[in-house]
Amino acid sequence: MLSSNPFAELSGSIAPIVIQTYVVIMILLVVGGTLFDVVHKKSATYFFNNWRAAKKRGTKPVSAGATASLAIQTAVVEGLTSGEFCNPRRRIAHLLTMYGFVAYVITTVIMVFWYPTTATPTPAIVPLLWYIGAVLVCLGGYWFWFFIRVDVVAEGHSRFRLIRADLFILSLLASTTLGLIWAYVQSTGSGWSSVFLGLYLLATTILFGSIPWSKFAHMFYKPAAAFQKRIAQADGSRSNLPAPADQPEIFGTAREQPRHY
Amino acid sequence: MPTFVYMASCDGCGHCVDICPSDIMHIDTTYRRAVNIEPNMCWECYSCVKACPQNAIDVRGYADFAPLGHSVRVLREEAKGTISWRLKFRDGREKNFVSPIRTTPWGSIKSASDYDVPSRDALMSQELAHEPQALNIERLPALKRSQLVQGLL
Repeated sequence: MLSSNPFAELSGSIAPIVIQTYVVIMILLVVGGTLFDVVHKKSATYFFNNWRAAKKRGTKPVSAGATASLAIQTAVVEGLTSGEFCNPRRRIAHLLTMYGFVAYVITTVIMVFWYPTTATPTPAIVPLLWYIGAVLVCLGGYWFWFFIRVDVVAEGHSRFRLIRADLFILSLLASTTLGLIWAYVQSTGSGWSSVFLGLYLLATTILFGSIPWSKFAHMFYKPAAAFQKRIAQADGSRSNLPAPADQPEIFGTAREQPRHY
Repeated sequence: MPTFVYMASCDGCGHCVDICPSDIMHIDTTYRRAVNIEPNMCWECYSCVKACPQNAIDVRGYADFAPLGHSVRVLREEAKGTISWRLKFRDGREKNFVSPIRTTPWGSIKSASDYDVPSRDALMSQELAHEPQALNIERLPALKRSQLVQGLL
């Protein structure tokens, strides 16, 4: 099962062009939803206004080379390793979910567009990565959902209380979980596969179609905010924060995780 | 002026929720970031500002020391045991302060339950707990009973 392309197996009942059209629509929903989000919430306006204000406050110019270096640092530290998280458990859960999602999306696109039918055999690594990606999303996502979610951990709310901020994580978890179930049920030849396919498509459509209402677009905003923070450090404006004290670090840290509700 | 959160910097860790003595820092239900749910109940204690590991919370300082158009920001460095303040006034002047927040390692101060239960004589004494040894002196001056005017006790 792990080495077979579930979308190629599906091509026996649904034409590949239909599946490909669905994926294209999802991509368009992501692009359109993100642009709508940027305009509606005025995120770009805020970002550039903040950028100009910080630049005006800056005490030393940042060269193009330094800016490029900061961009690389941001991509590596905040982007690839989620370095902005102060809680290591949140960071690991985020990394599992992020890399799982990236592998899941990329392999889905490869399988749907490059190996749409059983006539073009799929290299075993591609579906394997699809399964691994979906499992990683489930691992990180359910860990976050049940044990790390801040409104549960820091505020003491019930694990089963649903709020709008849960739309993204829940639709993502539903999409990957139902995708795994559908792939398994389809591989057994059960008639239930069409039911799980329907649920899988519904969850995926909600995931990509709800961007203006969910926090999906944070994956585009957060790197921009992290980059701006690094620039503010480099140009001396430091977001108006004081410079670090000229003292040795001799006391260590005693910071506890926030769960004293 | 109450606290407010820079949403782009907040990562929703919950430290401000945990520390707010007024219980008004909460997690926003739409973006899962910190938010002051009751600004008029904020007494500007700066606890959340100092506790925020992302420096994402800000508060406008009191008008008596920093008129409108200013900026007051705080940097708490636990490992150094320092807290730094930077005031920028609207005319461009700037003031910077650094203060110690402790001189002993974290966790080195014993809590009340770590001490022996005081004796009855100690409870009847005019001295406070751990006096005089905590003050690094031999004894504190105290009135004798005979020195007190009868009827005033």
